Amino acid sequence: MQNEILLQMRHIDKVFPGVKALNGVDFTLRKGEIHALMGENGAGKSTLIKVLTGVYRMDGGEITVEGKNISIHSPQDAQNNGISTVYQEITLCPNLTVAENMFIGREDGAWIKHKDYEKRADEILTRLNIPARSTQQLENCSLAVQQMVAIARAVDMKCKVLILDEPTSSLDDKEVNMLFTLMRDLKSQGVGIIFVTHFLEQVYEVSDRITVLRNGELVGEYLTEDLPQVELVARMIGKELDELMDLGETEEKEKKETEVFYEAENLSSTDALPFNFAIKKGEVNGFTGLLGSGRSESVRAIFGADKVTGGDVKIKGQPVKITRPIDEMKNGIGYLAEDRKRDGIIAELSVRENIILALQVLNGMFKPISRSEAEAFADEYIKVLNIKTASRETPVGSLSGGNQQKVILARWLLTHPDYLILDEPTRGIDVGTKLEIQKLVLKLAEDGVSVTFISSEVEEMLRTCSRLIVMRDRHIVGELKGADLNQAKVMKTIAGGEA
Amino acid sequence: MKRFKAMVMAGVLALTLVLSACGAGGGSGSGGSGGLIKVGVINNPPSESGYREANVKDMESVFSQANGYELKTFYSLKNDEQLQAAQGFITEGVDYLLISAAETTGWDEVLTKAKEAGIKVFLFDRMIDVDQSLYEAAVVSDMAKEGETAVNWLLSQNLGTYNVIHIQGAMGSDAQIGRTGALQAQFDAGKMNMVVQQTATWDEAEAKKIVESVINSGADFNVIYAENDGMAKGAVAALDEAGITHGVNGKVVVMGFDCNRWALRELLAGNWNYDGQCSPFQAQIISDIIQGKTTISSKIIINEEKGFDAATLTQADIDTYGLGE
Amino acid sequence: MKNKKKSFGGLGQLTIPVIALCLLVIFNLVRDMLFIYYFKDPNYVSFFSIELTKNNLDNMVFAGNLISIINGASELAILAMGMTLVTAACGGQDISVGAAAAIAGSVFVKIIKMSPWVNGIVVLFAFVCACIVAMIFGSFNGTLVAIFKIQPMIATLILYTCGRSIAYWINGGATPTVSSPVISAIGSFIPGIPIPTPVLIVIAMAIVFKLLFKFTALELFTQSVGINQSAARLNGINSTFIKLLSFIILGVCVAVSGCIGVSRLGLINHETLLLDIEMDTILAVAIGGNNLGGGKFKISGSILGAYVIQMLTITLYSMKVSSTDVKAYKAIVIILLVVIGSPVVKEKFGKLMSKLLGNRSKTAVKGA
Repeated sequence: MQNEILLQMRHIDKVFPGVKALNGVDFTLRKGEIHALMGENGAGKSTLIKVLTGVYRMDGGEITVEGKNISIHSPQDAQNNGISTVYQEITLCPNLTVAENMFIGREDGAWIKHKDYEKRADEILTRLNIPARSTQQLENCSLAVQQMVAIARAVDMKCKVLILDEPTSSLDDKEVNMLFTLMRDLKSQGVGIIFVTHFLEQVYEVSDRITVLRNGELVGEYLTEDLPQVELVARMIGKELDELMDLGETEEKEKKETEVFYEAENLSSTDALPFNFAIKKGEVNGFTGLLGSGRSESVRAIFGADKVTGGDVKIKGQPVKITRPIDEMKNGIGYLAEDRKRDGIIAELSVRENIILALQVLNGMFKPISRSEAEAFADEYIKVLNIKTASRETPVGSLSGGNQQKVILARWLLTHPDYLILDEPTRGIDVGTKLEIQKLVLKLAEDGVSVTFISSEVEEMLRTCSRLIVMRDRHIVGELKGADLNQAKVMKTIAGGEA
Repeated sequence: MKRFKAMVMAGVLALTLVLSACGAGGGSGSGGSGGLIKVGVINNPPSESGYREANVKDMESVFSQANGYELKTFYSLKNDEQLQAAQGFITEGVDYLLISAAETTGWDEVLTKAKEAGIKVFLFDRMIDVDQSLYEAAVVSDMAKEGETAVNWLLSQNLGTYNVIHIQGAMGSDAQIGRTGALQAQFDAGKMNMVVQQTATWDEAEAKKIVESVINSGADFNVIYAENDGMAKGAVAALDEAGITHGVNGKVVVMGFDCNRWALRELLAGNWNYDGQCSPFQAQIISDIIQGKTTISSKIIINEEKGFDAATLTQADIDTYGLGE
Repeated sequence: MKNKKKSFGGLGQLTIPVIALCLLVIFNLVRDMLFIYYFKDPNYVSFFSIELTKNNLDNMVFAGNLISIINGASELAILAMGMTLVTAACGGQDISVGAAAAIAGSVFVKIIKMSPWVNGIVVLFAFVCACIVAMIFGSFNGTLVAIFKIQPMIATLILYTCGRSIAYWINGGATPTVSSPVISAIGSFIPGIPIPTPVLIVIAMAIVFKLLFKFTALELFTQSVGINQSAARLNGINSTFIKLLSFIILGVCVAVSGCIGVSRLGLINHETLLLDIEMDTILAVAIGGNNLGGGKFKISGSILGAYVIQMLTITLYSMKVSSTDVKAYKAIVIILLVVIGSPVVKEKFGKLMSKLLGNRSKTAVKGA
């Protein structure tokens, strides 16, 4: 059965203004297989899913289901062609019953009597071994069961292709197992399942085949059993060697200074498990790991961006109490957030206002930076960081991604921090700017600033960091420095397990 | 969860029962204290207006224990709440029920019950759409007459020409309709010239703006007829700023309504000329009927409406008839 | 400075209120011309005429429609300043300003009446008390919005509903009056100064706001919170405090306008003082080109907006439009203004202009 091709996507292109999100991607799904779709942030997997489900229109390529050419213009089209999706966040109505949720908004559900569809729902639930009754309120079911009800709804709509987008991210181990049992059941009934997740172990537990995307391009399709975990990680992360780059030898990066600037013990936040961390003056270190490994959550905890729930923090040897970002800022720490749009820029304000923001906060409400001073600061950093903007009064939202990132960098540099946390400063920006930012990081370190640098591109981190902290599944699983700082070792540590 | 909700519900229910029982208990407890006439008054709340406040105060002072009454009161702007309260008073067994209803309809059933229970009903201030047999008497104001009184006074001034700025109250209210009627008739008959007729919806500041715009347009006028005291005051403020004299010996005749004490003082000082009143004092009339001091010939008793002329007003009038402070 | 620089390339945010004012001026000019040259009405007084007359207190004062406009819009303009700040920080509006002003005005009258005599100091003390009370009610609203994260309109609905009852409790039902030269100096004219005092107070408040923005970083912080709260927090801004502060500042504006309202006539009517002003205030903010969803703001826009509304009202009054109809006409004009100011129309208009001008080369920075 597994050789019968169910769904084929060929040469799929999708262009967003300024970005080619998908570039000639192929994807093949066979009957009765669980196919994992893998890739780091921005690799194009969610774009591909959205093209398939009709959320986006593709700009090129073709899709066939069971050999028939189809065109998908809306989610409804996708459903009519037997393609159903269950999203990460449950999109059902918690205040309706299980049966109502299974039939609501369906053309064939409209004219069925209450009793009838409760009966039909119970049949499906029993057939799929889902521990729920049709008359139960959905909100009284566990998350996993809600997830399964969503799947049952899809199955009842005669779906041939079932897309599960990060279905396990909010489930515990037992619930994950329940879900996997259901997935295997469906597989034996001939349903093709596309499984999107960032949990490597789960991929190896349940999937038959893996397709890897990177930067909007297809890296390859593999049988799961043929692809060791470390290989998978390598393919996801890639090796974008940059010939232009000449940043000196690794040994030089290790600093002679020994003074510890920041030290945390058992630091935890609402989003991060307790961990220990320290950084020396003038050191550049990095957190690495796959998306969802907890790397961003950990640095957010260091800055107090999420609510800190425990741990002892010392800055320059002095114990300090950290609850809010402002406490950290006063201690000379700056943080460039991973999500630039949500956590970084104040889009409608000018470049000038964005640049002085953090310094102004540090100065306090009653010591405003005068207009002329602010203009001087803005001009200085526009020049130093080579920010391409029409003028310092241009709203920052109308700048390109890379230049927005530079504005935020400028904002923090202006505060003359002792320790700068940069979470994905190079994401989504062009190669030239990436290099500039990496060089800047090294220069800062020379000047005695400690830097924590996160990037999903391992190459970049190897070039800049003297120490890498590796995380997997929300725990620190290793710390690499010196000779260990090479791609193979990093991949191995990230992948962990049997590799 | 559901059980908890049920318990809360039960608790709230119990509490309301206890509270309402307390209210009723208080009534019947003191009911025993001999000889007092039990009167239940249903009215609109005093916060409704200065008129209402005077009305409520009047009721409370006339139907006092000293005068041989035991008074129960209920104030609401909502008809259904008033109906419930009336029901409650009937059950408690009052001797007289005095009602100023929020709405004119819906009272048949309650008043029939009162009649069956032998309770005598008086309506005051406002009429209700029911058969006359259901109440003893209705002591009400005749808003139209109030307007007539004022306009007759104005005509008696023999001004030669009448160029009137007419500032109306909230359109459609009883007071506005009554106070506009007589003046409108004069406009229609061509005996007076309407310079402008605008509603300021009882708003003093709005009245000032209206008069200001007339002054700015250069139109000539010699009478300001404002349908309440506040608006008259607003109008006068506009005159003052423009340097136009008013009142006794002034260029412009100023007329207001309601007879607030402060307004009557303006009259006494000669700043205004006339203030009309829709009397809020019905309690004494009703009390007299109850005690047999007066006999009634008609079921509908029109309360005497006062109109004060600045030339004849005395401090004693202010003390007796003025509202508020 | 800022405005001057921008006005060369376009008025930016102020385009709509300025256009609206110009249209009203042109409309009245045309009407003047008609009456003077076409109908040759000898009694017609130009809409724009201003004369110096002697008022009943023997002061020389200015009078005329223009004076009525800037004078009458004072309370509205002051409330609009505070409302702009709340709108910017919270992305919502306070609909309780009229009711809160009634409370502040009642407190003002209550304190003055408690004193056996009335002089400047008593009035100042009464004003300070009114301010404090208004700030307390402001922080009540602010707490609901900033800490309990209730939608501003819903949160302020509470005070909107009960505010005038509270005002009633303070002074009782009748309309208490206060009369004193000090009060009339605040509400109408200071002897020797021909400009209505409320206008001077608006100017003073505008200067206070200007200074507030010059000597504190409030403007930057408020805009940051309004545009992107998450980013503002990560930059160390206490957004709860900023929102609360905006409501407290609005409280001061409420007290000032409430006291002006009372002083105009020396009387407090808790039911009608600044009645329905909340909607006009919100409109003034909107006409001023401020985004009602929060973010960037311009106080000057809101002040202009207030004058647009008042000029419209006075124009209609001078045409003897019935005041019940005024509201309907106002609604029509406001719909037009808001639609013209909407991004959809702006974009369409921009496209049309560039077509007309034959600008083939698009010079958009976006998407580069």
